[in-house]
Amino acid sequence: MSKSVIMLSSLTKKFLMAFAGLFLVMFLPVHLGINLFILPLTENHVEIFKEAVHFMTTNPLIKVMEIVLFSALFLHMIFGVILWFENRQARPVGYKVSQKSKVYSPASRFMIHTGIMVLLFLVLHFVNFYFVKLGLTSAPAGLNTPADNHDFYNMALNLFSQPLYSILYVVLICGLGVHLHHAFQSAFQSLGLNHPIYTPVIKGVGLVYSIVITAGFISIPIFFMLQ
Amino acid sequence: MKFTLKIWRQENAKAQGRFETYQLDNISADCSFLEMLDILNEKLVNDNISLPVDTITFDHDCREGICGMCSLYINGRPHGPEQGTTVCQLHMRRFNDGDTITIEPWRAKAFPVIKDLMVDRNAFDKIIQAGGFVSVSTGGVPDANAIPVRKEDADLAMDAAACIGCGACVAACKNASAMLFVSAKVSQFALLPQGKIEAKERVQAMVAKMDELGFGNCTNTYACEAECPKNISVENIARMNREFFFSKLTLAKRESNGGGVG
Repeated sequence: MSKSVIMLSSLTKKFLMAFAGLFLVMFLPVHLGINLFILPLTENHVEIFKEAVHFMTTNPLIKVMEIVLFSALFLHMIFGVILWFENRQARPVGYKVSQKSKVYSPASRFMIHTGIMVLLFLVLHFVNFYFVKLGLTSAPAGLNTPADNHDFYNMALNLFSQPLYSILYVVLICGLGVHLHHAFQSAFQSLGLNHPIYTPVIKGVGLVYSIVITAGFISIPIFFMLQ
Repeated sequence: MKFTLKIWRQENAKAQGRFETYQLDNISADCSFLEMLDILNEKLVNDNISLPVDTITFDHDCREGICGMCSLYINGRPHGPEQGTTVCQLHMRRFNDGDTITIEPWRAKAFPVIKDLMVDRNAFDKIIQAGGFVSVSTGGVPDANAIPVRKEDADLAMDAAACIGCGACVAACKNASAMLFVSAKVSQFALLPQGKIEAKERVQAMVAKMDELGFGNCTNTYACEAECPKNISVENIARMNREFFFSKLTLAKRESNGGGVG
């Protein structure tokens, strides 16, 4: 770490940032796919959800992927902070008139901010769910079940029944959406892919992806708030 | 036309700078922005004829948009409100009568202020010296078309070579990144057969120099492309990224045993 990481080329840092980011992007639809079964999509949605949770918490392959996922997340955060810090240093004296240049992606100005929102969300999420699975924190009273079969469904219902939690959840997920909107297309550029035909497609897919992920996740607390 | 000008004044790189306000009247709408500053400087001299006057220092040279010397940050935009032009090609008719115009120098750690609105852009020269050239000895004039080049590649190389090295990309970038400049210079060579020979060493050397000089990192905001007076495309940045990673994977430095056949 430390010096050798900072000494990496700016392009290499961006490459690793983009690569780790795209890996994280693949994880979100999987998680969303399971979460959506909290909603009464089918008659046996609770069983499907519980089945999926059981699979995700016990399958050895998922456990390996979990390590890869956390490594990618850690790498992404570390480089995000290093790059942000270096970028601040590159302009010690700022402009009096704020910058008025047209930019393709306004969200790119707020990547560190929206990134911190995502981190806050993850902290909340870990305390409420992941640490329960690990046995570091306990589930709410009455919802303690055997170690390999936590009642995540009722834990989620319990949390979404609190409007304050639901509102926070929606706000933070919107931060994730803004983050993703820039991140998706930006990652391909950082990896060196810019093409007259493919780039507009990537930008379109990125927009749809960020909207679907955001709308998907926030639909759950909104559903419970409207009930 | 009448203008209120807020101009950054700074004695030298070390001195503390400040904004000074100037009033200017009777400016023709067809006056260029630099001519307007000339008129202001003349006025400063004439108004204080018996005193030594510290006129406003700003960079300029060809005044026809091709030399890359002018470098003014006007109302929050490098080279002012006109798209795809340098300051010398900007005319006062682009402003409204009575406007307040704020003029600042390029702001970047790698571009220290020399005086007032003039910054030291030697950093760009150092990046070019690191590899922005083709090292072949010149002989006789080669036959035209002796080396075949794809038309599209020739066009892209020419577009990249249009970069005049003014530094507007650095000034516009929220991170003061020089990626658009460096990528244009890397691309103009990497696209052509003559430049391909040294392409791998070139991209690594130029990127390393860019990092060393304290420019920021690229966040793909693309303000550089929007402000470039020569409309250099961010496609060049992606091309440089590709060139860089490819060179990292394939460039193997071997011990040279000295000398060629000659």
